[in-house]
Parts: sequence; C-alpha cells; structure tokens
Amino acid sequence: MTRASDLFDRGLNTAAAWVLALLWILPLAYAIWTAIHPAAYEARFVLTAPLTLENFAKAWEAAPFARYFLNTFILVTFILACQFFLCTLAAYAFARFEFPGRGFLFALVLLQLLVMPDILIVENYKTMRLLDLVDTIPAIALPYVASGFGIFLLRQTFMTIPRELDEAARIEGASFLGVLWRVYIPLAKPTYLAYGLVSVSHHWNNFLWPLIVTNSVETRPVTVGLSIFSAIDSGVEWSVINAATLMTSGPLLIAFLLFQRQFVQSFMRAGIK
Amino acid sequence: MRSLKIKRDWVHGWLLLLPAMVFLFAFTHIPAIMTFINSFYSTPRGRRSAKFIGLDNYERMMSDPVFWKVLWNNLWFAIGTIPVSIALAIVMALWVNERLAGRGFVRMAYFTPTVLPLIAVANIWLFFYTPGFGLFDQITGSLFGWSASNYLGDPATALNAIIIVTVWKEAGFFMIFYLAALQAIPVSLKEAAQIEGAGRWTIFWRITFPLLMPTTLFVCINAVINSFRLVDHIFILTDGGPDNASALLLFYIFEVAFRFWETAYGATLTVALLALLSLLAIGQFFLFDRKVHYK
Repeated sequence: MTRASDLFDRGLNTAAAWVLALLWILPLAYAIWTAIHPAAYEARFVLTAPLTLENFAKAWEAAPFARYFLNTFILVTFILACQFFLCTLAAYAFARFEFPGRGFLFALVLLQLLVMPDILIVENYKTMRLLDLVDTIPAIALPYVASGFGIFLLRQTFMTIPRELDEAARIEGASFLGVLWRVYIPLAKPTYLAYGLVSVSHHWNNFLWPLIVTNSVETRPVTVGLSIFSAIDSGVEWSVINAATLMTSGPLLIAFLLFQRQFVQSFMRAGIK
Repeated sequence: MRSLKIKRDWVHGWLLLLPAMVFLFAFTHIPAIMTFINSFYSTPRGRRSAKFIGLDNYERMMSDPVFWKVLWNNLWFAIGTIPVSIALAIVMALWVNERLAGRGFVRMAYFTPTVLPLIAVANIWLFFYTPGFGLFDQITGSLFGWSASNYLGDPATALNAIIIVTVWKEAGFFMIFYLAALQAIPVSLKEAAQIEGAGRWTIFWRITFPLLMPTTLFVCINAVINSFRLVDHIFILTDGGPDNASALLLFYIFEVAFRFWETAYGATLTVALLALLSLLAIGQFFLFDRKVHYK
C-alpha cells in the first residue's frame, strides 16, 4: 500500500471513529445540557444560555432521593459483601479440593449463567412472601448473593495460583482457611476488584426485581425511585427529569470517569476468563 | 494416612461449598423446578388453593395471541439487536485498538452507555423520541422537512425504537471483550501477513476475525441472554404498548404475574422462556463449536 493511500485510510478511519463516538455520547451530552440549563433552553442550543443547578434542587426536593441513594448504597454493599464471602469459599472448594460430586455441583453453578434469578421472578417473589421478606432490602439482594459468575471467575483465578505456594503455607502450619486467607485472596486481588466493579454497576442499575419486591420509600433503590418520579408525567419538566436521571447515574458515572482505565480493564478481565 | 487426607478434603470441600449452594438452590434451582411444577396447577385465589389442571396452562398459552405476539417481538428484538451490536462492537474495538487521535475520548464515549442504568437511559431517549418536540423530530424536520412522528406510539416503529436504544447500550459493552481479544493477538501474525502483501481487509477476514471467534461465541451467548433479559427500558419508553407492539416475553411475564396476578400462567410463560433460552444456548454452542479456532 502506498504511503498516501495509507494516510488517507487512517484519516478516514479516525474521522469515522469520531463521528460514531460523538453520536454515542450525544444522548448523555444532551441530558447534561438540559439538566444544567433553565427549562426554556431544553431544545434551544445557544452557547450563552445561563447555567443553573436549580433543576437538581427541584428534583432532589420532589422525591426522597436521599433515601433512595441510601437504600441503593446499602443494597450494593450488602450484595457485594455476601458475594465475596460465598463465592470465595465455593471457588476455593472447586479449585483446590477433591470431593465426590464436584463436577456435578460445578455444572449446577454454571447453570445459573443461563437460568438467572432475573427470570425466575414469579417463584422468587413467592419465596420472599413465604419468608416474610417482601419490601425489605435483603429481599432484593438474596437471589443474587450466590453468584455463579463470581464463583466461576474466582475459581479460574485460584486455579492459576501455583500449588507450591499453597503447600509452603501449609508446611508453615496454616490451616486450610489460613491458606485461603493468606495466599489465595491476596493473590486474587485484581479479580476481586474486577468482579466488584462489575457487580456494583450491575446491581446499582438493576430494576425489574427491585420494582417487584419493594413498595415503600424505605426500601426502594434509586432506579425504582427514578421510574416512579418520571412516571408522574403531568407536571414535571423535562429538565428536572433529566437532572434526576443524571443524579441517579451520577455516582457510577463519576467513578467511571475517574477510574476509566481500571473500569475497562476490569470488564475485560471479567470477560476473558 | 492418605485416606484420612482424602476424607478431610471431602469434608472441607463440602463445607466450603455449603453456604453458596444453599443460596444457589434456594433462589435458582428450586425456583426453576417449582416454576415447572406450578405450570401444571391453577393460580390459587383467596381460599381456593391451587389445583392440578394438567396441560391447561400450556393450552391457554398456545392459543394466547399475546404470547405469540411477544414471542415474535422477542425474536425480532434479538435479530435486530444481536448482529448489529456485535458488528458495531467489533468495529469499535478495531478503531480503539489502533493508534487514533483522541483514543481515550473515543473509548470513553463508546463505553459510557454501559455504566448508565437502563432505566435512566430510557428517560434520556424518551425525550429524543417525543413527537414534534423531541430531538429526532427536530433533526428530521429541519433537514428533510418531515412532519412530526410518534415513534413510540406507532405499532410499526415502537419496537424498532427500543431496539435502537438497546444497541446503543450494548455495543460498547461487547466492545470491551473484543478489545481484550484483539490485544491478545500477536502482532507478528499481522506483520507476517503485511510482508506477504495482504491488505487490511484481507488481514481482518483471514486472520483477525477467525481469531476472534471464541470471543464472538462468548459475546453471542451473552447477547442472546440479554435479548430475553433486558426489559427495563420498556417500562419507561412504551410500557409494552401500543397494543403489545413493543412487549417482550419477560415483560409479558411481569404483566401476567404482577399486574394481573395470574402466577400459574406466569410460571408457564417462564417455562417457555427457559426452554427457549436453553435451546438457543445449546444450539449456539454446537453451531460455533465447529467454527471456533482455538489456539
């Protein structure tokens, strides 16, 4: 290929990549535009439009978002803590112990990647009613705490850790749980980070199951709160809805922009194993 | 001594697994089996408990026009979202993988929709689609002079409008997996091909694309599952309407079970969904198995 055509080719590619990127960011950019300008500038794009934070204040007052945020925060923390605990133990068993039924049980774990709690809403709701947990935060969390994906991911990581390290720790007198704590968990830190980011963003964004199982302000996560807020379509202005929308995605979005590299690498790591 | 160690291994293994398995069984396996069993019973109402009614629920499903409607919608939704988002993901990954001016920004732009909640995304897009006032109408109006159109209120376009939102949300997510795979391809392969005089197009189809096959299998299975799982935005954008034109299977299950409280029929629909998912997953696995080139 000649130099000129190569240069042309590269320029064309760069231009196309940029056009797509601008198109992709447009919805978000637009939401930001309406949220930080008065309602009069919803569809009028003039650079001199006055900036305002009033829309955020209005949204914050119009619905109990503070409570929703607290609920979501408790929810994702609770899920993540349980997932780390349960998945670590299970992954350790699958990676380093020989016992009857291992293959079969592992297949059952992997089955969850297909038969997800997201789909089993009818039965899980019945279970929650039976346990008298409807409209509580644990009810939102429990179906997700034993994550097949998490077990699989951690097992793959644990299996790459050399057995010599394991044996050395045992010779020094560590119990099987001591080995897990001192050898496996520290060496799997990047996987924990990756899985943690994926899990938090997934459950922060989850909507259908929380919608079903909650029905009060004290338990609703932000996604459900937002849907209720924007469903009152009568009087609420677009700019206020967009402000609320940005608010609910804000913490994740800011975290993403700050830790972009880690985020992208985490999702990559979670995917390729 | 050796048998003692083996026995201890057994006990340790089981004990370690126990807590996770309890939750896994309680909220995945047992509910799945109960869903199947309950699909043969009637919905309990008040004092009347559930009665065994054999295949009645399934007969009802077969003759339920809404079921067929949402099934077709779901199929169309899958066809509309999966190939497009995968193709876009590959293109995005190829671009971002190259030395590109402003690569950081471009990558961020592609990936950002992935971090946003689907429900929030729907709110933003709702305004785009608003008749007359929305951004789409403003653009088509000023460029082509089209009159206002109600994309979400028209049965002919409602599902497509939802497909567009889904593609926008998913493509960047899949891009990540391709990006990881691209970075694992040795540069020497590409260089060797270049020395042989192969053009970019040839290199892509003969080297890169085949090496991406395992990723494509992974992404494909994910995309299929997502096409049956992602319904959040429907609640905001159309609520399944008009006349179920944009309702998907899981959305219909939600409606039947939690708006009409017909849990037994909801269970039957769930069985159909699970059967469909399993079939598709198995089918894909065999379809790809012959074409995937492992290193």
